[in-house]
Amino acid sequence: MTYQPVLTARLGKIDPASLQDYEAAGGFQALARAVELGPKAIVELLREAYLLGRGGAAFPAGIKWKAVSEAPAPKYVIANADESEPGTFKDRILMEGDPFALVEAMLIAAFAVGAEQGYIYIRGEYPQAIARVQHAVNTCYNAGYLGRNILGAGFHFDLEVRKGAGAYICGEETALFESIEGKRGFPRLKPPFPTECGLFGRPTVINNVETLLCVLPLVLRGLDWFKSIGPEKSPGPKLYCLSGRVHRPGLVEAPMGTTLRTLIYDYGGGVSGSGELGGVLLGGAAGVFVTPEHLDVSLDFAGLRTIDAVLGSGVVMVFDTSVDMKAVLRRIARFFRHESCGKCYPCQLGTQRQHEIVERLAAGRLRSGDLLALREIGQTMRDASICGLGQTASGAILSAIDRFGFDEHTGRFLRFDSNW
Amino acid sequence: MASPGATILEAARSAGITIPTVCYHDHLTANAVCRICVVEWMGSRTLVPACVAKIQPNARIYTDNERVRTARRVILEMLAATVDLSEAPELQTLLAEYGADPHRFGSDAARREHGPVKVDNPFYVRDYDKCILCWRCVQVCAEDVQFTFALGFNGRGFETSIATFFDRPMPETTCVFCGNCVGVCPTGALKGKREYLAAQGAPIGPR
Repeated sequence: MTYQPVLTARLGKIDPASLQDYEAAGGFQALARAVELGPKAIVELLREAYLLGRGGAAFPAGIKWKAVSEAPAPKYVIANADESEPGTFKDRILMEGDPFALVEAMLIAAFAVGAEQGYIYIRGEYPQAIARVQHAVNTCYNAGYLGRNILGAGFHFDLEVRKGAGAYICGEETALFESIEGKRGFPRLKPPFPTECGLFGRPTVINNVETLLCVLPLVLRGLDWFKSIGPEKSPGPKLYCLSGRVHRPGLVEAPMGTTLRTLIYDYGGGVSGSGELGGVLLGGAAGVFVTPEHLDVSLDFAGLRTIDAVLGSGVVMVFDTSVDMKAVLRRIARFFRHESCGKCYPCQLGTQRQHEIVERLAAGRLRSGDLLALREIGQTMRDASICGLGQTASGAILSAIDRFGFDEHTGRFLRFDSNW
Repeated sequence: MASPGATILEAARSAGITIPTVCYHDHLTANAVCRICVVEWMGSRTLVPACVAKIQPNARIYTDNERVRTARRVILEMLAATVDLSEAPELQTLLAEYGADPHRFGSDAARREHGPVKVDNPFYVRDYDKCILCWRCVQVCAEDVQFTFALGFNGRGFETSIATFFDRPMPETTCVFCGNCVGVCPTGALKGKREYLAAQGAPIGPR
């Protein structure tokens, strides 16, 4: 573990309300460097670094930035801080502990793509993060980092903090646009994509908080440093949200591609509860369960695809063998039923029907045909839903049934203790 | 040859290929919410909605294969297990054509029930137990025709419903009783008051 954290380096070491602290700890050096480099070079740097989006979809940030940098104004940059995936808490910790870094990263994004207006859309259940980021924004206005003619470099940028109102769907980027525009949080049809037609119908860069914060060390330390971390196909630092039955749960900053074994046994201090690993939920409720056989798979976007799993937003939720897996699945099914926005039929109807069947599964009252229906509903939601919510609403449940030895006759998961 | 900018649905129609639709209406904005028109576009991760996806040269598209038919059948099954489709003959035909079995989810599967038919104005009634959330009424009330914006949404997910602002009775909304919403409703959820009364068995005099 010789890796030196960069994204979390200032957490707990500086006063998150102090601009002086932030500057003394290297704050706004990346912005100064970015102004030296110029917009084109920053976009090119991002492209060459192959920085993949950390919010869950793993889309290359450089492609978004390039497209918007070449699009006509007005255009927008948005930080997607509506962190709502169950088990995800990285962006919250970043915003609460190092809020000026997000403002600085937004400034670089705006400078690079030529946007003069930006939004930070923060989950409404994060009052502390909202207060601290808002304070950082206000402080930056007073210090001349936001507003007109920033750093005397002749560029202007206004930044506004917006609060979510509690809907999971508003983390979906196009539903987030609708929310900022004052409408109900329904996802839009894609194409057109946000880089062409985003907020207010204009070209928009929208990135996850962690993705944006990756830009700071990338600009300061350069391409070679960034590429030296993690696998070639998805390089860079990564935040893993380690939770569940481990001795030391919490936020882990490690190179992209760290193995599950390292995370659970080195960083997490091993499995708690029964002490025996039952399974791990990767990517949150929208993710996929994996088993102890997958302990040595590289936790990066490409590596996980080889085992039909996803990294998503970096959730690593650990379950020991004493866990009531049926209750876990019931909770996941209820979550999606509750959070479906109701726009497209597969998800609007499928999350309800899925929840009903999983309730029966959890109660040991599966009927004949229920499992087939569950699979067909899952396939239909994955294939035909408009957005990522419906497309991923069945992944965790079906992977648990496939990978944890579900016995249809006894209604038990063989991998987990059967006393439930 | 499909014309440039044509949707898959338009291209298929001009080639004599039928793709089923439910929410789609020739004269309204296509919102692609029902997903019945999904087709398999080789190379695409998910199925794509034919009513909005634009056709491209050399695209390989399957409009009626196993994957497509399964999605359509399951959507129809779930819909019929949720909503009263008794006055939606086109949907009944589709259910039969795709061999859909709405009973597979059991007799205790939750249905969307909204209580009594809303009779709050002299012109039309609203029976939301029959509403499939196709959005046509919302569209005609908004930018597609009338620019009245009397209709919107309540609830979320399975509990989503078409509603007026704060669910106020229709005469207290911006509704101008143009009747366009009644005209585009495919399931009898919206109908003229005379028609409704006649169906109740009330003797109706000449117009």
